[in-house]
Amino acid sequence: MTRDWKSVVPPLVVLTGAVLGVVGAVLVKLGNPPNMGLCIACFQRDIVGALGLHRAAAVQYIRPELPAAVLGVVLAAAVSGELRGRSAPSPALSFVLGALVMIGALVFLGCPVRMTLRLAGGDLNALLGFAGFGAGIWTGTELLKRGFSLGRSARAGLAPAFVLPSLAVGLLVLVVIKPSFIFFSAKGPGSMAAPVLAAGAAGVLLGLLAQRSRLCFVGGIRDMLLIRSPHLLVGLLAALLAACVVNLVLGQFRPGFANPPIAHTDAVWNFLGMALVGLGSVLLGGCPLRQLVLASQGDGGAFAAVWGMFAGAAVAHNFNLAASPAGVPAGGKIVVAAGLAVCLVIGWSLRER
Amino acid sequence: MTRLTVDARGLSCPMPVLKVKKALESIPEGSVEVLVDQPIAVENIGRLVRQMGYSQRCEALEDGWRITIAKPGGSGKAS
Repeated sequence: MTRDWKSVVPPLVVLTGAVLGVVGAVLVKLGNPPNMGLCIACFQRDIVGALGLHRAAAVQYIRPELPAAVLGVVLAAAVSGELRGRSAPSPALSFVLGALVMIGALVFLGCPVRMTLRLAGGDLNALLGFAGFGAGIWTGTELLKRGFSLGRSARAGLAPAFVLPSLAVGLLVLVVIKPSFIFFSAKGPGSMAAPVLAAGAAGVLLGLLAQRSRLCFVGGIRDMLLIRSPHLLVGLLAALLAACVVNLVLGQFRPGFANPPIAHTDAVWNFLGMALVGLGSVLLGGCPLRQLVLASQGDGGAFAAVWGMFAGAAVAHNFNLAASPAGVPAGGKIVVAAGLAVCLVIGWSLRER
Repeated sequence: MTRLTVDARGLSCPMPVLKVKKALESIPEGSVEVLVDQPIAVENIGRLVRQMGYSQRCEALEDGWRITIAKPGGSGKAS
C-alpha cells in the first residue's frame, strides 16, 4: 500500500473541515445557540417548525445557513458539470432511512456536524455520541461487505436539479420578508440566531466547499473501516480541531459532562441515538450534510432522504420523540430502538448477490 | 492473465470502490475494467488504485468513464 502526503492530508477536505469548524464556532458568537453554530438536523427541524409543520414553539426559525448552502452547492456543481438529475433507486427506503436518521439525531440532539461541534465546545457527552456513531457505522460497513445496496440510480436530465434550489430561494425570501404565517420562536434555541447575512454567507461558503471536497462525516469513519482510507476522516478531525481552537479563543470552551447546552446527559441514549444516525447514514450512502449536498445537485435518492429528514423532524416534535436538556422521552427511546431494528432489516434484506 | 469487468454505473458511495477492491483482490494478476457514470466514483477509484500501488487508465465514454486497472503478477494481495 502506498501513500503520498495528499492522500493522507487532502488539502481541500482539510480546508472544508477547518472552515466548517471555524464557522460553526463563530456563528455561536454571532448569535446561534451554544454548541449549535451549525447542525444539519437541528436546522432542518427549525425550518420545519417555522413552516408550521411541528408545534414546538422553542425551535422554529428559517435557518438561512441551509438554503444558502444549497445555493453554494448548486454554484459549485454547475461549474464542475455535476448539476444533473439522477433517479432514486429506492425512494421509499431513502425516505424512511432519512426520517430515522433525523429521529436518532434529535434523540442525541445533533447531527454528526453538531456532535463534532459539541465536543469542540467541551461537551463530553458527545463522546458517547461518537462511540455510538462509530458502532452504527461499523454495523453498516458489515452490511455493505455482505452486499447491501439501495440499487442503481440513472441519469435523469437537468430539471430535477432545480427543485431543491428553487425551494431554497423560497425559504431565503421568507426569512427576509418574515410573513405572518411563518413561525419564529420568541424564546428558546429557535430565537437565538446569527444575522441573516452572516448565516447566509457562511452557508454559501460551506455549500461550495462541501460540494467540491465531498466532505462526509459518516464516510470518514466508514472508509477508514472498509478501505483504510483516512481521506474524509481528516475533514472531521480538522473541523473538531478548528472549532476547538476558535472556541478557546472566544471563551466558548466549557469542558465537562454536567449541564451541557441544548443537550442531555443520558449516556445510553446519546450512544444509541447516534448509532441510529451512523447506521442509517451508511445505508443512505452519506451523512445528513452529504445527503443535502447530493440532493442540491439533483440526486433523487438524497432528495428522498432529505425529505425523510424533514418528515422525521415533524414527527419527532409532534409526537414528543425528541430529547431536550431534561432527557429523552419514552417515545424517542422506543422509536430509536425500533429504528435500529428497521435499519438492520433493510440492510440484511437488500443484499446483492 | 485474468480480465474482469465491473459495472459500477449508478451505484452510490462506497459500492464502486468496494466492488473494484474485491475484484482486484480476487485475481492473482491481470486487469479490471470498471464502468462508472459519476465523477466521484472516478476520484474514489483512482485514490484506491493509487493506495494499492497499481496503475490505471481512465477514458471518457459518452455516458460515463471506463477505468482500466492493471494488476501486475507477483504483487500479491494488497496490504
